[in-house]
Amino acid sequence: MDNESTYSGYSYKSSQSRSSRKHRDRRDRHRSKSRDSSIRDKSVTIQTPGEPLLDAESTRGDDRDDNWGETTTVVTGTSVDSVSNEDLTRLKDLEDSSPLQCRRFLGPALGGVLGLFALVTPLAFLALPQLLWRDTLEPCGTPCEGLYISLAFKLLILLISTWALFLRPPRATLPRFFIFRCLLLALVFLFVASYWLFYGVRVLEPRETDYRGIVGYAASLVDALLFIQYLALVLLEVRHLQPAFCLKVVRTTDGASRFYNVGHLSIQRAAVWLLDQYYNDFPVYNPALLNLPKSILSKKMSAFKVYNLGEENSTNNSTGQSRTMIAAASRKRDNSHTEYYYEEAEVERRVRKRKARLVVAVEEAFTHIKRHQDDEGSVSSPKHPREVMDPREAAQAIFAPMARAMQKYLRATRQQSYHSMESIINHLQFCITHSMTPKAFLELYLSPGPTLQYLDTSRGRQWTLVSEEPVTSALRQGQVFSLRRLDFSLVVTVTPLPFLNLGEEFIDPKRHKFVMKMQSETSV
Amino acid sequence: MTFSNVPSLQRIEIKKLRQGDNLILGFSIGGGIDQDPGQNPFSDDKADKGIYVTRITPGGPAETADLRMGDKIMQVNGYDMTMMTHDQARKRLTKKNEDVVRLLVTRKSLEEAVKNSMGGYQRQ
Repeated sequence: MDNESTYSGYSYKSSQSRSSRKHRDRRDRHRSKSRDSSIRDKSVTIQTPGEPLLDAESTRGDDRDDNWGETTTVVTGTSVDSVSNEDLTRLKDLEDSSPLQCRRFLGPALGGVLGLFALVTPLAFLALPQLLWRDTLEPCGTPCEGLYISLAFKLLILLISTWALFLRPPRATLPRFFIFRCLLLALVFLFVASYWLFYGVRVLEPRETDYRGIVGYAASLVDALLFIQYLALVLLEVRHLQPAFCLKVVRTTDGASRFYNVGHLSIQRAAVWLLDQYYNDFPVYNPALLNLPKSILSKKMSAFKVYNLGEENSTNNSTGQSRTMIAAASRKRDNSHTEYYYEEAEVERRVRKRKARLVVAVEEAFTHIKRHQDDEGSVSSPKHPREVMDPREAAQAIFAPMARAMQKYLRATRQQSYHSMESIINHLQFCITHSMTPKAFLELYLSPGPTLQYLDTSRGRQWTLVSEEPVTSALRQGQVFSLRRLDFSLVVTVTPLPFLNLGEEFIDPKRHKFVMKMQSETSV
Repeated sequence: MTFSNVPSLQRIEIKKLRQGDNLILGFSIGGGIDQDPGQNPFSDDKADKGIYVTRITPGGPAETADLRMGDKIMQVNGYDMTMMTHDQARKRLTKKNEDVVRLLVTRKSLEEAVKNSMGGYQRQ
């Protein structure tokens, strides 16, 4: 299909350009350990053509899904994120391409090396004089030992806070430099380099003998590293916590919209944060629910026949006919909204009827099983031995009576592509294990959940940030940018939160007095 | 026997009392053609924009002259009060050169109606 070839090429290209200019946080030094977690980040470019498949083969998809309702053969339904065969091969090509992987790890590797270097430096400052000119060093008693202790603890604190704050697998790859991170990396590099420079010129060259001074110098380096970490904390984590802007996010296909409050962020960081919220808050995009039924829209095109039942008057016929045709056509165009209204009412009625049938069927099915208590082993009589089942078998046992009602309901709400028979049985097993009621079992199906629910989280998601301004610029009033995916996009508008002028008014509780509402009264 | 609120006309003469710098009558008025007649609790017809007595100061000259709460003031010293604004009515009652005001008031009195009808019955 045309769709597949164009978008897969596009995604490969864009991911390459994205990763070429990335830099990682300097604290991500254990990146090599978390290699498997890297597939979770958002740079992996796979988006499968679930949507075009549905549109082109929608009826055939329905037939395929119908089977499991009637004959209970196991068929994996066409879920949105399923992969067809040709995509599978292309998928392997993309994932195995080495430039992508190398470039992605360049940034974190650089940051990790720099961080390690910075941490090892104070120890090197202490160790080098001892190794090289131990004999000529002045003996340094208690003050040095005090400094050793403080140095050790500060290094420990630095290690722990680095682990807590920065050693997290990144969840997104940004299209351009993350300005603050680069700033901090450069600062650390400059800092450590200047310390080494001073050390090399003033200590190593002349073989300085004042060891206490050297230890104090190393301690000051660790102090400065702690302050840099404080700066990193403020810039990366704290500054954007105070809300300053309100972002309105609208999905282009079905108009679902939300408002979010963010702080001072660059456009790309705001986009990443926004996408996290998108997966939580927006109902899943169902392409099958979009269009007006063709029967309503295409009524205008149908031919209009005029029958002349009156007397045969040739001159009047033509003008009369054309006038009636125009009048009737204009009147006919007006009727499409009533048809739409009735069609909507009909669809809603059908959905409600099927929902009622489903709820009844599920409630009835759940009455067939109950939890087996271990202490009532002797209760079951020898005449009716009850076989003890595990949750999977119990789920399969009670699935059959509700299968048909479930399938009809899913078809009515166009959700059949999101729930295959296998997934329904799995969910049923999950609910039975946790002693859920039928209503709890049904909540997954009765309302379209957030997109995250239907997501296969082992693969990343490719989004394109479309903006008229450079994406590292800070958010400003009136900015508009959009996050594009293959078949829909999210348009984001930025408005600043209003400045709040809070006044104060003190009310004495004794001042609450009331009078009957009457006309004005004057005493004379 | 019918119980109806037959309005009765009363002539009431109030001597003003001097209190400090003012001459007071000892009651409060409400109503007027510039007021909202719907908020008048004393009137029968809620479109009546006349001047009504809303409060009587206990022990004041109005109480001793037998003015009652709910009376509608029709005339003050001969001047008609039925088509007056609230402020005009107040001015008319508080003229500094008058010591005595003679009011013509109507009063809804249920007891009078019952007494009349009872008396009539008994006479028969």
